[in-house]
Amino acid sequence: MPTNQGKRGTFARITRALTSLVTLCSGMTPLSEAMTQTDKSGVSRTRWVEFAIEGAIRLLGFSTIGFVLLIFLFLLREGLPIFYEVPLGNLFGTRWYPTFDLFGTLPLILGSILVTVTAIVIALPLGVATAVFVSEIAPHWAREVLKPMIEVLAGIPSVVLGFFGMHFVAPVIRSILGAPTGLTVFAGALILAYMALPTIISVAEDALDTVPKSYRDAGLAMGATQWQTIWKVVVPAARSGILMAVMLGMGRAIGETMAVMMVTGNAARVPLSLDSLFRPARTMTATIAAEMGEVAQGSTHYHALFGIGIILFLLTFLINLTAASAIFHKRRRGGLR
Amino acid sequence: MVDAKIRIQQLSYAYAGEEALRNVTLDVQANAITALFGPAGGGKTTLLRLINRLNDLVEETSMRGSILLDGEDIYAPGTDVPELRRRVGMVFALPLPLPGTIRENVVCGPQLAGVRDWARLEEILERSLAQAALWNEVKDRLDSPAIALSGGQQQRLCIARSLALEPEVLLLDEPTSGLDPISTGKVEESLFELKQQYTIVIVPHSVQQAARVADYAAFFLMGELIEVQEGNQIFTTPRDQRTEDYVTGRFG
Repeated sequence: MPTNQGKRGTFARITRALTSLVTLCSGMTPLSEAMTQTDKSGVSRTRWVEFAIEGAIRLLGFSTIGFVLLIFLFLLREGLPIFYEVPLGNLFGTRWYPTFDLFGTLPLILGSILVTVTAIVIALPLGVATAVFVSEIAPHWAREVLKPMIEVLAGIPSVVLGFFGMHFVAPVIRSILGAPTGLTVFAGALILAYMALPTIISVAEDALDTVPKSYRDAGLAMGATQWQTIWKVVVPAARSGILMAVMLGMGRAIGETMAVMMVTGNAARVPLSLDSLFRPARTMTATIAAEMGEVAQGSTHYHALFGIGIILFLLTFLINLTAASAIFHKRRRGGLR
Repeated sequence: MVDAKIRIQQLSYAYAGEEALRNVTLDVQANAITALFGPAGGGKTTLLRLINRLNDLVEETSMRGSILLDGEDIYAPGTDVPELRRRVGMVFALPLPLPGTIRENVVCGPQLAGVRDWARLEEILERSLAQAALWNEVKDRLDSPAIALSGGQQQRLCIARSLALEPEVLLLDEPTSGLDPISTGKVEESLFELKQQYTIVIVPHSVQQAARVADYAAFFLMGELIEVQEGNQIFTTPRDQRTEDYVTGRFG
């Protein structure tokens, strides 16, 4: 799987960097030179360096896991109280008015889901098609230009995209639809799709790249055209990676806060009517970001915001779990490599 | 040698300035097995890939000379390349089942070529698997994943996949290099059956295999065609000193 290889690559790079760092700091000879020394002190010194590097890496690895666990525990500690402070009927009701002790999270959950799903529906075909173009069709020089450009796209701060959405996308939507406001779910989804695209493209492109050349040969040798080979052979062979790309893009979309807060209108209403797509909505992330600053620490409202955090966490976890099990299931069927 | 199926005429080919084939002229007879053998880097695989234009997508290559299939230049402008590849099938060194079931692997080619009739596809499925000597082993599990088959079965599946298109020529690039002797024997046996109907060009994975299967054998060295002879003569009475050195095991 491409992401694994990516990780391994990064890991190797970090290891190398660490090695050079350790040797640099202690003023010792580099490892390779130390290895060639035959005297006793050289050998023990090599062992010591080996031990130190291994220890450092282990410490870093475990501390990463530790931090994640700590964050999760903190989230639980601050958020769990809401589930017994407020009856569940209220908590999953349709009205979110914290000042009146109404903590209905349903509109927020549905708002997040609607914005994210719409964004993915827009970004998936665009992203996969671009990845296919970059990896399979574009000539060599175009690929060299396009890949870094796509990576630059990922670096645009979300607040800038939010501005763009507020002052350009929203007015266009308003004037085209004649709606009272352009700050709608659709505007948010467009901006989110744009933000998820670089992730989807580069991960999917990596996945397509790792499909062995022999697959393309086999497809072409069957008398398939270049397009048939791409859609019937190369893309199916890379589908686990493409699925991963979509899931990562979706993870980015559902967790995105700033741009969404700026362009979706932030009205906490249940987006279940047909025209919801072109009406304002409010997401979980935007609610937390907007209200956390002015809430009294330890209050019910405060706990409710962390409760939303827990729900968001579970939702993302569920998405990742679905993706992982889908990939696993398909691999067991033997469809994937 | 009037009615050669494939005529290769003064063919030279280079990858980014590196010569792979030098002035090769070779006639390939219909309904016979022609073996291209010699040490690695001799240009055998390149020649196979040129016969069905698989090298079209490789960048920075140059080619001189021509390849005629039934008297027509396959590199002439306006050639329908997918159609050419359906007429000239290819089997690769590594068995490579496509994602999907055994059935999907075999009928995929005809489907892409536009065959929609299910009865016809079933017929193609059975015929090609039978021709590749695989039908009896897989007929009860056509819908199981292709990569669950053994290596030898996978390679015969790949042969069946090529045969499903009813090609005229079958190119085999070391088709048994990853197989055990028993599977190798089965593949070779099916080749003897197949040559009744098809023109076969094979790059064998050893001199012994070349001697076993070849009706015509051509010896390639460093991109040059050293000599061609009928049947086993090249192995018993080679004309060229270099051929003799190779087949007697003095190098290679």
